[in-house]
Amino acid sequence: MLAEIILIFLIVVAGTGGELCLTRAMKTIGEVHDFRPMAVLRFFGRAVTVGWFWLALLGMAAGFFALLGMLSLENVSFVIPVTALSYAAGALGGSIFLGERVTPQRWLGVLLVCIGVTLVWKGKG
Amino acid sequence: MTSPAGLHYKTFASILVMVIFGPLGDVLLRKGMRNIGAISDWSPANLAHLFVVVFTSGMIWLGIASLLTFFVAFTLVLSWADYSYVQPASSFAYGLVAVLGRYVLGESITTMRWMGVLIICVGVLIVGHTPPRTTEHR
Repeated sequence: MLAEIILIFLIVVAGTGGELCLTRAMKTIGEVHDFRPMAVLRFFGRAVTVGWFWLALLGMAAGFFALLGMLSLENVSFVIPVTALSYAAGALGGSIFLGERVTPQRWLGVLLVCIGVTLVWKGKG
Repeated sequence: MTSPAGLHYKTFASILVMVIFGPLGDVLLRKGMRNIGAISDWSPANLAHLFVVVFTSGMIWLGIASLLTFFVAFTLVLSWADYSYVQPASSFAYGLVAVLGRYVLGESITTMRWMGVLIICVGVLIVGHTPPRTTEHR
């Protein structure tokens, strides 16, 4: 049980943290306007010089390996719905870390996700 | 410049790819990890050994390829379609992954879990219908 809680924590927090770092890195670099292969390569060339990008890779890799660990322990119909908790972590992280304004409607969606995850957990059988 | 009908078609095709390959990737990863067996020894030496076992499993690579296909379709569709239009597709994926888990992997799913999955789908759908950008555009 402890291993499962730690793995879910890692999937949600490290995975979402990685995505938030990626968003921050992309906003530091600026919007992509040119989608030609060389321009995209140059864009990634700039991305690897940003520290947030490497933190993002680290977080997302940790999240992926935690997901593999969790899938070795539990059914996919349990693991994937529980990872929807990322929406709660994303809303919290977005508002605190990126200064995004989370609307009441989005909080309602997050609340429903949390209720759903609770039911999935309680219905583990 | 793509015609409206062409745009509609390529958006639908991309979202279909996302909805199929995302859950399929998750199911293939579960199948691969189930074949490897539940992790009981969390020591660094065993995790290093597992790392090798995981990345020599064909099923895991199929899962990764499937998730990469999902990711490419997701990235491409975002280059012409609104995030708020595309994102609700991910709510459908939570339902599909449960259906695939039940009928492809033979997982037993209680009524309470089905209800939970349904509520998660609705919650994700609501999150997807909020403005995709709330910060000042730089």
